[in-house]
Amino acid sequence: MHRPEAARLSPHELYNARLGLWLFIVSEAALFSAFIAARYLNLGTQRPAELNQPLGLAITAALLLSSLTAYRAETCIAHGDRAGFLRNTLWTLLLAVVFLVGVVAEWVEAFHLFPPGTRYGTSFFSLTGLHGLHVLSGAVLLLGVYLHGRRGRYGPEDYWPVEGVVKYWHFVDVAWVFIYPTLYLVG
Amino acid sequence: MVRALAPVLKGLAYGAVGYGVGGPLLAGLVRALGGSFPFDLELATGAVVGTLGWLAGVGVWDTWARGWFGLPLRPWPEDKSVVRYFRFTTDHKVIGIQYLVTFLGLFFLGGALAILMRWELMRPGMQLLTLNGYNQVMSLHGIVMIAVAVAIFLGGLGNYCVPLMIGAPDMAFPRVNALSYWLTPPVAVMLLASLLVGGWDSGWTAYPPLSAVNAPGQVLMIVAVVIFGVSSILGGINFLVTIARMRAPGMTWGRMPIFVWSVFAASLLSFIFTQYLAASLLMVLLDRVAGMSYFHFARGGTPVVYQQLFWFYSHPAVYIMILPAFGAALEVITHFARTPLYAYRWVVGGFLGIVGLSGIVWAHHNFTSGMPDWMHAPMLATTEAISVPTGLVFLSALGTLVRGRLWLRTPMLFALAWVWNFLIGGVTGIFNADVATDLHLHDTYFVVGHFHYTIMGGEIFALFAALYYWYPKITGRMYDERLGRVHFWWTFLAFNATFFPMFWAGLHGMNRRIADYPAALGAVNLWTSVAAFVLGAGFLVFLYNFVTSWVRGPAAGANPWHASTLEWQTSSPPPVENFPAPPAVVGGPYVYGIPRARHAALGAAGGRAG
Ligand code: HEM
Ligand SMILES: [Cu+2]
Repeated sequence: MHRPEAARLSPHELYNARLGLWLFIVSEAALFSAFIAARYLNLGTQRPAELNQPLGLAITAALLLSSLTAYRAETCIAHGDRAGFLRNTLWTLLLAVVFLVGVVAEWVEAFHLFPPGTRYGTSFFSLTGLHGLHVLSGAVLLLGVYLHGRRGRYGPEDYWPVEGVVKYWHFVDVAWVFIYPTLYLVG
Repeated sequence: MVRALAPVLKGLAYGAVGYGVGGPLLAGLVRALGGSFPFDLELATGAVVGTLGWLAGVGVWDTWARGWFGLPLRPWPEDKSVVRYFRFTTDHKVIGIQYLVTFLGLFFLGGALAILMRWELMRPGMQLLTLNGYNQVMSLHGIVMIAVAVAIFLGGLGNYCVPLMIGAPDMAFPRVNALSYWLTPPVAVMLLASLLVGGWDSGWTAYPPLSAVNAPGQVLMIVAVVIFGVSSILGGINFLVTIARMRAPGMTWGRMPIFVWSVFAASLLSFIFTQYLAASLLMVLLDRVAGMSYFHFARGGTPVVYQQLFWFYSHPAVYIMILPAFGAALEVITHFARTPLYAYRWVVGGFLGIVGLSGIVWAHHNFTSGMPDWMHAPMLATTEAISVPTGLVFLSALGTLVRGRLWLRTPMLFALAWVWNFLIGGVTGIFNADVATDLHLHDTYFVVGHFHYTIMGGEIFALFAALYYWYPKITGRMYDERLGRVHFWWTFLAFNATFFPMFWAGLHGMNRRIADYPAALGAVNLWTSVAAFVLGAGFLVFLYNFVTSWVRGPAAGANPWHASTLEWQTSSPPPVENFPAPPAVVGGPYVYGIPRARHAALGAAGGRAG
């Protein structure tokens, strides 16, 4: 039961870890749902005309693409292809950075157009901020997995950290799929 | 002494440094560079970084996080003495005791605050507190007791008993379990420290617009409750995975002791709904530190939305409190009636029905808040519908009592009192749930009476039933039965004497959360105060009994109650990893009076997966 830390997970423990992560994701989804609900409860579907739609679309595309590369990274390591795993993880990280830079650019504009004190600004900044923090934490985890991976830490039999981080990454992506229309499209 | 406390001292030091760096230093830096950094924000960032520092110092870094960076871990030397209770230890039994002791301490702190309030309320006019001081004491009492009610059953007895009762060596994620516990001391520190920065006066519910503009103490309260929420969520996930995956061979879902089911149901609620509490408080925080306009009136916010989100958690929260109490009370009743639990399957269905319904009743707290009219009738109906699954639990208790032969030891006395108290709590809830009556009862002492009958009379009485019941298992020693009975009768009578008159006071216009009242209500308040002092004093009997028995009580043996469930089939206290070999479960949990029925075969090497 209390095995040494470096040893890989037994199949039983792996199953537990997966289940735990899924439950964590469900719980996180509830957090996002509260902030999304507050947007509709506070101001219905109102939306300012000045939103930067091309930028919103661009960062959405970058994030969706990053889920694909993350998926490929996981598949590669599952098949023992270390180089492919590292390459795809790097791509994912790069797209994450693109997304975050895009959000910062959005914020710079939004500070003038609809600052946090306005009703739309309140939901805009808190939803993009909350989600941005999740992207940032996911990116840090991806970086960790990448660095460990470079030192040959994972193999086809033993890649739970990769799988876990990638699942989390997909979740962050799916959360954006709900946030993007909530902020940019409805109304 | 220093050796024993080394990790805690290190945690405190790191925590203080974390606060300094994340709070004043960061704020000073930003201000020096010409930026603005409100004091509220300084408190919040300081408290968060301080908590991380505390965790790192107390053992997360040495025994866990170093591994993430590929560094070798530095575990503390193994220790079997009392020292291990001051460590980041993964044994679920140690963690259970850590929770129990911490939260009993907080329970007594909250009790002392209640005594202060009752002193103030003893006579009309002001006695010893200021108006604002009263509000702070009332708010602190409320949040401390809510935290106790949420954590003491799940964190304390859930942790200690669930792995034992399902025949597991530990929880599914032992280190996450330790993390859940070690997140709670900073919560207590922050709640108390809030008094140094003006306290807060908005009650445990922290309603805006007041909470968006009051003293900075509110910020510490918010951060504390959010961190407490993280701890509950991690704990809930841990219980769910443990119960789903760590059961001994043959321990099917239908053979689980009812307490395990109740922990499962409560965990289902806590791991989802706690996020709504976090969200609603974070929104208040954003209003305060980032100038947002969720609820801030002057900026066009809508405070009613807070009430919706807050109660979307906080109603389920009352079931997070009461479900494990249901489970424990039924557990005690069935063992001490020496008969199988009546209608076991219906109770399980009742638990799950409560879980399902509790997400759709929240707005019965908002009948007077100015929410849309169309929400009134549905919320009335769903709330009263909860009586059905709750009634199943009740009928099971009654059925078991009728069919059994009662063994009236202290745990059973407390469990029987639970039936009585909770009946009153539940029945008065119906008057709160009816819109027509609630319009008059809301924010009066009637509601105070209702929730003290449910939480103190229901949950805390069940807690004492469970504490006396599992005391010999946890300590290996027997408590003093005579003192146990004294404690029981004292508490039971004083409790009812304290809280029953509150219904009357509420009906006669005594508002809740006030420091002063019309002279006509003097007599009932004097009575209530005196009864409350008597009630408070009764806990000294409990303390004396538990402390002295732990030191020199008679050895209890493995199974002093001749109970059938697994936790009694191993030594008292159980060894590390609980059972010499995984037990093989062959039948239902309560095999009383059934010829040749057995719950488990011990010592059989059952070969657990993994
Ligand atoms: C059995 C059925 C129950 C019903 C029908 C019920 C109904 C209600 C209603 C309608 C209110 C709002 C009253 C008002 O503010 O005007 C209320 C308040 C409350 N109930 Fe219950 N309740 C029940 C059980 C419980 C249980 C089991 C608990 C806790 C273990 C509980 C704890 C509370 C608390 C803490 C409040 C007050 C919250 C506050 O405003 O500070 N109730 N109840
Ligand atoms: Cu409620």
